[in-house]
Amino acid sequence: MAFLELDRLTKRFGMITAVDTLSFSVDRGSFVSLLGPSGCGKTTTLQMIAGFEDVTSGRIMLNGRNLSAVPARERGLGIVFQTYALFLHMTVAENVAFGLEMRKIDKPERARRVKAALELVHLSHLADRYPRAMSGGQRQRVALARALVIEPELLLLDEPLSNLDAKLREEMQLELRRIQREAGVTTLLVTHDQSEAMALSDRVVVMEKGRLQQEADPFEVYDRPKTSFVSGFLGKSNSLRAEMGRDGRLRCAERVLTGPAAGLMPGAVEIALRPERIEVVDAASGIVSGCVTEKVFLGNQWLLRVATPLGDMIVLRRNAGRNEAGIGDTVGLTWNPEHLRILPAEGAA
Amino acid sequence: MKHNGPFAVAFLLVFAIFMLAPIVVVIGVAFTPTGFLEFPPSGLSLRWFRAILDNPDFMHAAWVSLKLALVAATVATAFAVPAALAIGRGSFRGREVVQSLLMSPLMIPTVVLGIAFLRFLTVMGLNGTFFGLMLCHTVIVTPFILRLVLASVVGLDKSAERAAISMGASDWTVFRRITLPTILPGVVGGWVLAFITSFDELTVTVFITNPSTTTLPVRLFSYIAQTTDPLVASVSTVAILFTVVLMVVVDRLYGLDRLLIGEGKR
Amino acid sequence: MSIASTDTPREVAPPVPREPLLCAPALALFLVMLLTPLIMTLVLSFNSFDFYEGIGSTFSLANYTEVLGDRYFYEIFGRTFAIALATTAICAIIGAPASYFLNRMDPFWRSIMVLIVLGPLLISVVVRTLGWAILLGNRGVINTALMNIGLIERPLKMMYTSGGIVLALVHVMIPFMVLAVWAALQRQDPATEAAAESLGAGPFTVFRRIVLPQAMPGVLSGSLIVFALSASAFATPAILGGRRVKVVATSVHDEFMNTLNWPLGAAMAMILVAAILITMIAWSRLVEDRVGRAYA
Repeated sequence: MAFLELDRLTKRFGMITAVDTLSFSVDRGSFVSLLGPSGCGKTTTLQMIAGFEDVTSGRIMLNGRNLSAVPARERGLGIVFQTYALFLHMTVAENVAFGLEMRKIDKPERARRVKAALELVHLSHLADRYPRAMSGGQRQRVALARALVIEPELLLLDEPLSNLDAKLREEMQLELRRIQREAGVTTLLVTHDQSEAMALSDRVVVMEKGRLQQEADPFEVYDRPKTSFVSGFLGKSNSLRAEMGRDGRLRCAERVLTGPAAGLMPGAVEIALRPERIEVVDAASGIVSGCVTEKVFLGNQWLLRVATPLGDMIVLRRNAGRNEAGIGDTVGLTWNPEHLRILPAEGAA
Repeated sequence: MKHNGPFAVAFLLVFAIFMLAPIVVVIGVAFTPTGFLEFPPSGLSLRWFRAILDNPDFMHAAWVSLKLALVAATVATAFAVPAALAIGRGSFRGREVVQSLLMSPLMIPTVVLGIAFLRFLTVMGLNGTFFGLMLCHTVIVTPFILRLVLASVVGLDKSAERAAISMGASDWTVFRRITLPTILPGVVGGWVLAFITSFDELTVTVFITNPSTTTLPVRLFSYIAQTTDPLVASVSTVAILFTVVLMVVVDRLYGLDRLLIGEGKR
Repeated sequence: MSIASTDTPREVAPPVPREPLLCAPALALFLVMLLTPLIMTLVLSFNSFDFYEGIGSTFSLANYTEVLGDRYFYEIFGRTFAIALATTAICAIIGAPASYFLNRMDPFWRSIMVLIVLGPLLISVVVRTLGWAILLGNRGVINTALMNIGLIERPLKMMYTSGGIVLALVHVMIPFMVLAVWAALQRQDPATEAAAESLGAGPFTVFRRIVLPQAMPGVLSGSLIVFALSASAFATPAILGGRRVKVVATSVHDEFMNTLNWPLGAAMAMILVAAILITMIAWSRLVEDRVGRAYA
């Protein structure tokens, strides 16, 4: 049974619907990411789960109890805010102890748990320092310890890594996952960073314009996107307009393409193809051929833009230690038809 | 954003009444048809407003205050804007000392400034003159302008000026075409604040005026000390009205909260 | 970094900075019109005074010993500081929650409230104090209203009392406190309140444990401003206190404009400045020790 369950959750601000009949569930102990661009309603969703926003309609169930009528301070959730929201006038230990104090836990027990929480985030040596003088990564750990020390049923993370620089972010991703596993706490992460969501989560919930787009594990979301939005939002993708004929054939720019057997209704469709699934071959032997218009060296990869009759396509080639075709060369492109994803055309869904 | 509970709303309501009470009372009293201070007024009459026009003392004092505030605010702006540019962007030695000196009239008790000016003007033979008064007011209002202009200078993007220089603009052109338009809201805001400060100033001015250079606040102050008839209320009401009009203008030009908070917040 | 070059780079003299020159006019004005008068006043406070011969150019501490040795002046200084302290305390007690609530209002009502609270700053103190005189008089608005509803039989004495002065001073000073506290509140991360709430804190606990400590630097700086301004306030005590309830500023005014003993007045003013400064320094030291650590 689902531990956290959102049931047709809706939030309207006046005329604007920020969250639209959103339903998904989170299993006990799992790490789920709520992923989407800014303004997609993911933060509003988190605010509703936390109890800082009222619910317009729908239900939030946590471990079998309905949270809707419970005030924020009684929900007992651990929250890590985007800005960390540390109490700057308190030491690290006082910050972490605050939630325990509110629960009227006696002093020795409080001290023991604060110590354990700080050990978990590797901050024991800074217990008596004030957060003002700390680095972003350290503040992040304090916020985590403060949220975890109350042993919450659910940990909510609101873009926790967005204020860190790129290198630290990668480091903290691993840390976050380690801490979450060790604490064994059910976690919901809100993020706009698709790589973060994929790296951290057991499952990813993709949202756009207040609606659920897809809920699946990271591999499936990336590899079998359900909508063209998901395919475009997670990683790079070539998106080609095409037509599914009544005869079951796929036509793109007046060519017939072989695709995976799909049960889509005839009509306008969109073909999504990951650039790393495309092979570069002789001009004559490809499925299509085209002229290289752009070539970017990315270190471990080459990015080629090829103007084909199907449209502009980008191709990612592993850097195998030799140079690639140059700008102006005509190349052939080929791919395994199994890798084509046929999606409802944008706007039609 | 969380909203206030009933306790907070009640608190704010009482607070608002407290803040408005003396002002409302003054305006109310001004409209009385009777000869004494009564509130609420027993009728509505413009009698005491007409009385202002018949009182040459108040008319003259208002004229002096207006002239004084205009001149002092303008002269102080001429001193403060270059100083703000230097302090806001320079890194010369003694910059902080200069800034503290120019801001110090805000820190020194006004009564001390009053006697200091009185002593100085007497020694210089300028006591009671409009020129002396003007110099003193210039000193008092300079920090207000300096603070606002400094706030806009600090937020100034130097690269825009450098871009203009790279295109061959002279220093004067850079100032006129690039720098001044950027800091103009601060300058205008500072000027208005200086004007109001000078127009309302009492504690310093009370030491350094003579009958021919008496300003409106000083006139009002000595009138209140002697008699109490609704004339003081009607004069005050006109002054309040004048301030309100200025406030509206400032709010449009600069934003009232920015002016009062004194920093380039948002 | 070290690239050897054969030809030494041409020494370019740094351009003479012109920026200090822009300060020069203002600096000159302030040296002549502010520093000189203040020094002259300091000197004046050491001079002697004779009713027939005027100010003598002797140099002695006589004026200071006169002020510091006379019970009459003790009373004036004591009253001044009591009024200033009471005003500061009341401003802090009202101003801190008022700023907090103000910060939480929705923008429309907030802008109106800001106008109500800060607008009076731009209205002459004389006018505002006149309003309090009308309210507080024996036949003033408050007494008339209280007698009409039968709450009191004889008018409460509020004019010409220290209490009346404090009340009006609170009205004059509270915008400074609100501005200072509000500035501190705006620097604080609004998510800290949500964080405390999510950890189980109620509204009062959030205010006491989270908001107030973070607003303390604002309360402190607001208190310093309010105290300094109240201790040297002139118009309000002059109008509401009259000749009966004197404070230092009004006494200095008397010495200069009526008694004409300028040196004595100057000495009183200097003692006032010194006393305000000492109080302010002591107060900030005291508070810094207690709340300053996190803000170092």
